[in-house]
Amino acid sequence: MAERSFVEEVKKLRLGAGETFRGEGILAVTKALLESGVAYVAGYQGAPISHLMDVLADAQDILAEHGIRFENSASEATAAATLAASVNYPLRGAVTFKATVGTNVASDALANLASGGVTGGALIVVGEDYGEGSSIMQERSHAFAMKSQIWMLDPRPNLPSIVAAVKQGFELSEASNTPVMLQLRIRACHVHGEFTASDNKRPAFTIGDALDNPQRDVSRIVLPPASFQHEQEKVRDRWPAAVRYIESHGLNEFFAEGTDDIGIVVQGGCYNTLVRVLERLGFADIYGNSRVPLYVMNVAYPVIDSEVRRFCEGKRAVLMVEEGQPNFVEQNVASILRQSGAATALHGKDMLPVAGEYTAAETLKGVRAFLERYGRLQPEPAPVKVPKVIPLKPLAEDVQARPPGFCTGCPERPIFSAMKLVERELGPHHVSADIGCHLFSILPPFNLGNTTMGYGLGTAGAAALNAPDHKRAISVMGDGGFWHNGLTSGIANAVFNRNDNLTIVVDNNYTSATGGQDILSSQASNPTRSTRHEIEQAVRGVGVKWVRTMRRTYDVKGMRDALREALTTRDKGPKVLIAQSECMLNKQRREKPLVRKAVAEGKRVVRERFGIDPDTCTGDHSCIRLNGCPSLSIKPNPDPLRTDPIATVIDSCVGCGLCGEVAHAAVLCPSFYKAQIVTNPTGWDKFRRKVSGAVIGYLQRRDARARRQYAF
Amino acid sequence: MSRVQPIKIAILAMGGEGGGVLADWIVDLAEFNGFMGQSTSVPGVAQRTGATIYYVELYPKAQAEADGGTPVLALMPLPGDVDVVIASELMEAGRAVARGLVTPDRTTLIASTHRVYSIVEKTAMGDGRVDPSNLLAHAQAAAKRFVHFDMEKAADEAGSVISAVLFGALAGTGVLPFSRAQFEATIERGGVGVKTSLKAFGAAFDRANVPVELKQVDEPFSMPAPADPKLKALVDRIARDFPAQAHPVLVEGVRRLVDFQDPAYAGLYLDRLQKVRDLPAGGDPQLLFETARHLALWMSYEDTIRVAELKTRSSRFERVEAEVRLKPDQLLAINEFMHPRLQEIAETLPAGLGNWLLRSGWPRRLVERFTREGRVVRTSSLGGFMTLYLLSGMKRWRRSTLRYAAENRRIEEWLAHIAAAASLNPQLATEVAQCQRLVKGYSETHERGLRNYETLMAAVREGGARLAPATVRELRDAALSDERGDKLRIALGRHALTPQLREAA
Repeated sequence: MAERSFVEEVKKLRLGAGETFRGEGILAVTKALLESGVAYVAGYQGAPISHLMDVLADAQDILAEHGIRFENSASEATAAATLAASVNYPLRGAVTFKATVGTNVASDALANLASGGVTGGALIVVGEDYGEGSSIMQERSHAFAMKSQIWMLDPRPNLPSIVAAVKQGFELSEASNTPVMLQLRIRACHVHGEFTASDNKRPAFTIGDALDNPQRDVSRIVLPPASFQHEQEKVRDRWPAAVRYIESHGLNEFFAEGTDDIGIVVQGGCYNTLVRVLERLGFADIYGNSRVPLYVMNVAYPVIDSEVRRFCEGKRAVLMVEEGQPNFVEQNVASILRQSGAATALHGKDMLPVAGEYTAAETLKGVRAFLERYGRLQPEPAPVKVPKVIPLKPLAEDVQARPPGFCTGCPERPIFSAMKLVERELGPHHVSADIGCHLFSILPPFNLGNTTMGYGLGTAGAAALNAPDHKRAISVMGDGGFWHNGLTSGIANAVFNRNDNLTIVVDNNYTSATGGQDILSSQASNPTRSTRHEIEQAVRGVGVKWVRTMRRTYDVKGMRDALREALTTRDKGPKVLIAQSECMLNKQRREKPLVRKAVAEGKRVVRERFGIDPDTCTGDHSCIRLNGCPSLSIKPNPDPLRTDPIATVIDSCVGCGLCGEVAHAAVLCPSFYKAQIVTNPTGWDKFRRKVSGAVIGYLQRRDARARRQYAF
Repeated sequence: MSRVQPIKIAILAMGGEGGGVLADWIVDLAEFNGFMGQSTSVPGVAQRTGATIYYVELYPKAQAEADGGTPVLALMPLPGDVDVVIASELMEAGRAVARGLVTPDRTTLIASTHRVYSIVEKTAMGDGRVDPSNLLAHAQAAAKRFVHFDMEKAADEAGSVISAVLFGALAGTGVLPFSRAQFEATIERGGVGVKTSLKAFGAAFDRANVPVELKQVDEPFSMPAPADPKLKALVDRIARDFPAQAHPVLVEGVRRLVDFQDPAYAGLYLDRLQKVRDLPAGGDPQLLFETARHLALWMSYEDTIRVAELKTRSSRFERVEAEVRLKPDQLLAINEFMHPRLQEIAETLPAGLGNWLLRSGWPRRLVERFTREGRVVRTSSLGGFMTLYLLSGMKRWRRSTLRYAAENRRIEEWLAHIAAAASLNPQLATEVAQCQRLVKGYSETHERGLRNYETLMAAVREGGARLAPATVRELRDAALSDERGDKLRIALGRHALTPQLREAA
């Protein structure tokens, strides 16, 4: 069960020819896949392509109607290998994952796929998570396309162009027997726009047809001598075929050809930013009618030599707008110009930033520099500094970073609270972190975690850090990472190499960081997937002897004791501590409607939330340093004698209980209370309250009277 | 070339704060009313409480059709080229200004003035909050028009969410070419929480055009006139013996200590302050003020008796009911998380008995065994209430407890430090007085604070006449900046004030 329901979006997948589709870019891709007659789709979730997977998961009926096989792959490698179905059969298939992490994981399968080539159209949709907001290493998928000779599309970021790129991608793949990568930048994935839909198509050749009539062709298998021929084939046959298709179908676009003797070459994905910048500088209108010739590379790889020569012919200079580094395209264009003996000057990373996102502001600076250099723009006069009447304190000091953190009531937070408590007893340990929500433990207030080497690689990241009679390293791994590869690369590897470290597996029932999708160990019953496979069984199955499962992570003391034991036990071999509790986002989504229903039906419902007494809180904030929950905040001190703000629990509290547990385990102040709000109380509830209320009320009134005597 | 520009709107919000809902509303509003709408965002990990930007551009369809083109809309804001910036919180408004998105020639800035504190602000050991007036001043200076009020409160009052308030404020500013009815119809089409959203929308719509209310001027202070003769004597004493500037804080101090113990205890408070007033530098208003404030806090130290009393008051029950928004037909149970340890139990006993327990053999171990775990006490149940109520009744014997003796000794030492410093420099004495701020909280927090406080006092003794007031302030801030006391140690070293090290040597 994903974080969001896509029932509304799924309806859009049924739109027919001529109807208008309105929605997100990545959903437009989903619709385009159906319109292209795709036979199978697979992928691994992750921003920004999670919605593609989630929509398809909610659209099982449509997929069934069209005979489409849909897989939630175990990893990106699995997804890429799935495209093997298009090697021998004329089956159109698409896989998706986030880049570049997914491309890294998938590279073995991608390389093999690219070597032998494909018969049916094979499309790899990569969501390029690059720049602002990205939580992964900043690299380019482009390098993978180049090294394996997979063609790469980078369409202009509007829905009609993206949809066209999907369809052309399949055709290009079939025309050149080569897999094609469709690169979508994160903003393009999430862009809301519209396009005119076509009818969905059933695949002419089905998966059933393939299974019933197996084909084999040894020349498509990566074994010598075929593998040597593949290399030749790539450059002799497939590349020229691709170039022919790209040229004849006009995949790349020329605008304002011949209007000037300077020009700009731009990747499709950066087109909108460039046009906006030109418009602001007075060189284009809002519709993209430019006064500067533009060559838009909707195909990022391969670069089409003839088109580059045609664009540069007779031009004094061109500017290459290519985001990311190294500047593969610029180098390629330079070599084309050099070999053709053209005198055109080439600019790029000399005027635009070498590294980093090409934001509108950066692009504006670079394009302005280019236009000034060739006399199309006068240099801007230096801005006159207006002396400020009231000098203000610099703003930067008061605008602080807001790193992402654990959600309200997150079951992972108490694990790290417990680790902080153990740290107080045993001193700091080396912590090898992993990818997933639990990685937020590296940020304040926990500040735990020394390295992170990739998804599911937490345990592997501490492999070398093993020495008898020293402190043990602690590795953290999520359930998502565990099933992705951590079971083998981490746990099994630790068993085989007689590792002595501790691995904490955070089992919250979903791959929560990517949007709460189900995995093998999910507890939900999923009608189309097999769930409830215990992590503990898998761990024992590969030979771990010391395994503990904590079924309630909110039990901070229990977590602390289990951690202490794992770090101090004399038992040899890897220790695995499985920390289970359901992801709170998903739990709330699951339970809220049930609670509302129960309340409406008059059933007794107890809601819990925490609170802090303002008159006993002294504003030290120890509780926040051990917790960091968004619902645990501060507010001005109501006490006229005090100045430090006090801690407060805001109404978004879900009553997970961590505040109380931490207050107990760390012996904090007595300010915390848990309020239990009983809706639709029973007769017994009311009777008990009446009895206790009579006594309590009497005593309270008496004391209040006594205090009133001294009130002034 | 067409001169018509798209309308450019940036929304700065934190993950899960409804920025996405607001962007969707704006796009729907536009698409339904003859505009093309494009929105995009970079959610990524920001949806887990991080800060993020949603960017929206709108373009009139009729214009595009007349011009025979399709507008190329941008996917990210260009600084200096944004018409409307909407910030769901004050620091996010500051972020928009810092990023150059708000410019005086064209940008209408709509921001809520409430604060969602950043993790740095929240985890400070003292007061780490940034100055909101600086954020407001920058926003005011940067924007063409700055519409701001506490939108969270407005949402709360309407029983809705902040996105509805922001949408209403956007409508109220009139910067978009759509009518109020068109805005409201958008909310209705959304179909979720329509009634409350419309209420919040309406309230914000009206607010957006009303100038910001002037800051309330503090009412002049007037001496209270208590009926009780003992209290009247105390108030008269304040009026007679102390300068007027100190009256408000002294009245507050007396009020606190009467509540904590009894009028005689408040008398002790004034006795002590009178001695401070009579110091050579005692005429310094700042010194008297800070000493009065901190002395009241110290004398009303939080022992188990005090905590039990505060927890069982009727006013406290009412406050909790309000905080959890209890409805008349609901019942409330209150559970306290307490962790009394041997130390706290011994301190509540008469001094002799308490000391004996701390030094005893098996009785001490027995108590320790029973206090290893924290306890949850249900104050709303008869048993739980009576436990705390009886404990609070020990107030009448408080003066005989071990804790009382210890606190009184420390208070007298502190006053002696102030007196010694005052003979050098009243400013230094004021800084010394403020060191009481380090001693707060309970159990381990209290012990840590006390340790830091004592280190500081030792440094004050060591520094003597060569100590600058600002150094004490710096040391105090250092003591408050990390739990392990590393910063304090470094600061002490920097000022060559290492009393403990010297003693050890």
